[in-house]
Amino acid sequence: MDWTFMAETFLSLISAIPLTLQLAATSIVLGAILALGLALARLSGSLVLDWFARFYVFVFRGTPLLVQIFLIYYGLGQFPAVRHSLLWPLLREPYWCAVLALTLNTAAYAGEIIRGGLLSVSHGQVEAARACGMPRLMLFRRIVMPLAIRQALPAYGNEMISMVKATSLASITTLMEVTGVAAKIISETYRAIEVFLVAGAIYLAINFMLTRLVQRLEYWLSAHLREPPSIRAGITATVERDAS
Amino acid sequence: MTQPGFLELVSFGPGGWGHALLAGAWMTVLIALSGYAIGAVIGTFGAWAKISGGFAVRMAADAYTTVLRGIPDLLVIYLLYFGGSAAVTAAGRLFGAEGFIGFPGFLAGALAVGITSGAQQTEVLRGAFKAVHPGEIEAAIVCGMPRLMRFRRIIAPLALRHAMPGLGNVWQVVLKESALVSITGVAELLRQAQVGAGSTGLPFDFYLIAGAIYLLISTISGAVMGQAERHFSRGVRRV
Repeated sequence: MDWTFMAETFLSLISAIPLTLQLAATSIVLGAILALGLALARLSGSLVLDWFARFYVFVFRGTPLLVQIFLIYYGLGQFPAVRHSLLWPLLREPYWCAVLALTLNTAAYAGEIIRGGLLSVSHGQVEAARACGMPRLMLFRRIVMPLAIRQALPAYGNEMISMVKATSLASITTLMEVTGVAAKIISETYRAIEVFLVAGAIYLAINFMLTRLVQRLEYWLSAHLREPPSIRAGITATVERDAS
Repeated sequence: MTQPGFLELVSFGPGGWGHALLAGAWMTVLIALSGYAIGAVIGTFGAWAKISGGFAVRMAADAYTTVLRGIPDLLVIYLLYFGGSAAVTAAGRLFGAEGFIGFPGFLAGALAVGITSGAQQTEVLRGAFKAVHPGEIEAAIVCGMPRLMRFRRIIAPLALRHAMPGLGNVWQVVLKESALVSITGVAELLRQAQVGAGSTGLPFDFYLIAGAIYLLISTISGAVMGQAERHFSRGVRRV
């Protein structure tokens, strides 16, 4: 094992981490917004919206992400209408093509996760809120959304991890994120194992921190499911004081 | 030069890409099937290691699933393709061969898909085994079944029933992952579409066709998986 080579590789891969994180964060945030729209469309009760969302999810979950990236990055430029449109300065950039493909892709998966979360909110809670006289939007904001997020969080965490992994495909559209730099070093030196170890460790570290973050969020959101420790401790303290 | 229409592109006649795309689709299915089979072998041993292995074996299996589920598949393909070539070249030099020897892309791809899907199948099979009621295994022991017969007659059918939905998901993931093997130059579906896009200047049409074929394969195999799921769940009352 050549440690100086690995240290050099590590230094060049570290400089690529910001791009990987930026790709993942942008597409997760934009994808979440789109996913919420898709989930609401599925649950809207409107047949047109429902079938549109179904078709969207079917297409984006049934085809490889790489095909979607190629379709956007190479495919769209085929049409003169696109090349002369206002969006062309964005669609010409590999970065925005990758973000668009990742966003559209994750929205399909996340939409189904959010839909599951929304469906898991029990009727009793919604009825109670209605009985309190909450208007629709307030009910959604205060009751349904927090409960649904809590329910969907574990699955959503998995989806976020697969998005971090999916950013590696952006390297195929010439973006120099972690996998892109790793592939460049491998093809120059043919020392696949060392580069793989370093790049793999970086992805593992990112995903490890991400799971920790999601766990922290889950703990914070499930206060109502935990035993209230302070009250019990307070009671024992009181009992002990009275006994003495 | 006039550009060919969409239907001409997919036709099987002269100038049509129907044959190339069909051959590519077949290659995609072959890569996915061999990768899935390799993953099934790894998954079986991985689940066995996690359930009844000693401390060291369990730790190794844990490390394998954690690492392989935490890093991008593309990296694994790079590792096997380039690492395999380097290893084969070194081995060739040992036997007196000179120059660079490439590692076959199909083998690298199938192995990479197999190793990554093996981690997923390990978790699916482990969960399915956990879902087998201990009472059923105890009953088999009481009946005096030897270990292998117990596994073959009781544990395997019951575990497979619980594992089918998860295994179906893994298959869909494997099918889509096989598209990544195109970077090794294997003439699978996406690679053929790339070649077609390059030589006709119609990338949108070709990637759209490729996407539609992937959708078709995944729909058909999804139906087959549903059938298998029903087969293994016969005898279970549907509510």
